[in-house]
Amino acid sequence: MTAPSAQALAALTPVLTKRWTNPNAWKIDEYEKLEGYLALRKALAANPDDLIALIKDSGLRGRGGAGFPTGMKWAFIPQNDGKPHYLVVNADEGEPGTCKDLPTMMNDPHALIEGIIIASYAIRANRAFIYMRGEAVHAARRVQNAIDEAYAKGYIGKDILGSGFDLDVVLHRGAGAYICGEETALLDSLEGFRGLPRLRPPFPATHGLYACPTVVNNVGTIASVSHIVLGGAAWWKQMGTERSSGPVIYSLSGRVVNPGQYECGMGTTLRTLLDLCGGLLPGHSLKFWTPGGSSTPLLTTEHLDLPLDFDSVAAAGSILGTTAVQIFSDHDDPVYATYKWLEFYYHESCGKCTPCREGNYWMVRIYRRILSGEGTYEDLETLLDTCDNILGRAFCALGDGATSPVTSSIQYFKQDYLDYIEGRTPPRLRSAELVSAH
Amino acid sequence: MDSTEVDRHEATAATGRREPVFSDATVSRAREIIARYPAGRERSALLPLLHLVQAEQGQVTPAGVEFCADLLGLTKAQVGAVATFYTMYKRRPTGEYLVSVCTNTLCDVLGGGDIFRRLSEDLGVGHDETAADGSITLEHAECLAACDYAPVVTVNYEFYDNQTPETATALVAGLRAGERPAPTRGAPLCTLREMALQNAGLTDDRDGAVAAVAASAPTTRGTRLAEDNNITAPRYDVNAPIPAAPVKEGAK
Repeated sequence: MTAPSAQALAALTPVLTKRWTNPNAWKIDEYEKLEGYLALRKALAANPDDLIALIKDSGLRGRGGAGFPTGMKWAFIPQNDGKPHYLVVNADEGEPGTCKDLPTMMNDPHALIEGIIIASYAIRANRAFIYMRGEAVHAARRVQNAIDEAYAKGYIGKDILGSGFDLDVVLHRGAGAYICGEETALLDSLEGFRGLPRLRPPFPATHGLYACPTVVNNVGTIASVSHIVLGGAAWWKQMGTERSSGPVIYSLSGRVVNPGQYECGMGTTLRTLLDLCGGLLPGHSLKFWTPGGSSTPLLTTEHLDLPLDFDSVAAAGSILGTTAVQIFSDHDDPVYATYKWLEFYYHESCGKCTPCREGNYWMVRIYRRILSGEGTYEDLETLLDTCDNILGRAFCALGDGATSPVTSSIQYFKQDYLDYIEGRTPPRLRSAELVSAH
Repeated sequence: MDSTEVDRHEATAATGRREPVFSDATVSRAREIIARYPAGRERSALLPLLHLVQAEQGQVTPAGVEFCADLLGLTKAQVGAVATFYTMYKRRPTGEYLVSVCTNTLCDVLGGGDIFRRLSEDLGVGHDETAADGSITLEHAECLAACDYAPVVTVNYEFYDNQTPETATALVAGLRAGERPAPTRGAPLCTLREMALQNAGLTDDRDGAVAAVAASAPTTRGTRLAEDNNITAPRYDVNAPIPAAPVKEGAK
């Protein structure tokens, strides 16, 4: 492989990932040597409102996919309302392609814990929950260990560092349901129900967990907090773009030489990321990619120089999402890729909203028909029509997400569909596989 | 927790109308779990409790549902509705090991689909089925959040990264021969029931489990590249003060 260019290397901004190469950073003693819990001391000496203002000023936007301004979310929590407040960390990472939060929790779990304490102090919450996907057993071991260590050191518990602030942190494990990464489904699940999204308004800021004011933040968002407290808003804004500030972890996967986690300023292009990861595998050329998971419309070779920040990607008709950059080549088939994603959405649709539940059921069947060589031109119309009936017509974004690969693959790769329909591409699915499929 | 709810469960067991299905250890663990949640919000303990009954029985049985319902003051229908919603709760007997093959798009095109088909043929079972010897339950999984290690297989949720049909076949053959091949990331293997206990929120106190390897090359690639080339994020002064928030108009 060729070494990355100096220009590409200059895009790297290790902040959230800077401790990951230290094999002991997950232990509290080591973490403390690496500026650990300095930000907590600084934060507890400040007024909670100053912390909210700091996060607002930093321009930090949520790293869980939606990109909502974090400081604004915190400021929505009503104060002096007499109700308990809650911080809930969304650690239910499961969006296809997304793999940044698990390594954060495994390699730098105290950054999450420190962020939780600071955020809870800012929003005046005395109880925080981490909702972690059940399959993430190793991350759970490390996070539970970090919680136990933080209690033992007095960073969690009663009267933290003499500040008078009390906080309990509970790690709660899910049980295998993608939908629980949706914040209101997550809250229902945490309350002991099926994970079904809630109708909004009211929003979690006023009626969240147990109908009390609640902030739900992604792991990456909370893990950013201690860095901003230490470095300040102006420092954070030196990285990234004006409206998408700070560093972000781009998770590169697929047909590339060196897949992995690359932390760069927001707004880095795919061209630069490919430069960093050694480019496409030998014999492969770029065909399509997701900027932030399978729920974000596909992009193509046209978009190599698109800055990957919230606004630029939205302007190009996609979504920055979770910065999970899945890279597919000319060896990959966008019709089959979309089919596999549809199987996922079909399986994970919670069933609450008819358009999502039924639409995904039927779209999967249409894809199976196309891929087994029995598709018709009308199938393409039916797919687009179904997407039109799902988009914006479900309680949560899962339904919207399911339409993303369908509409974008038909937009950019209609010929690949026609090749199946008109018999130029041999059928990909055999009847035997259809029987065993899900 | 509401103590009357526990009493009711114990009274039911003590009257001899049915044998107590769950051990004293499970009952005391259940109490420990429920105590983590705010008073009056005991239902939040339902997901961990379902993991707990699965740890004792290898699946969520009607008795497990009833146990949770009794402890939390819910109906069996309420608990059953939750138990059937989540993939990790198994409603049929499971093997000692749960082998999950990611067949979501990215893993699938990099070989996950071939791995699943090969294991399915070798074991003679399909998705969510257990081999005749009771050793292994096979499933295809949706994205396991390890795409930079694709294609991935997990055994009892511990990671075996960058698999091929050949390595996965060897892995499963080893498990069936009574071996416990080391995961590439995660702690040494335990049984699926022992893992369900961890999922219930009980700490894994085996030596070395927490310390087990968590990162291989892909995880640290970007950071190492920066370190090797002396690239850092902009510097900052940790002592820079946090500015006072501007006072809102109309605020006290």
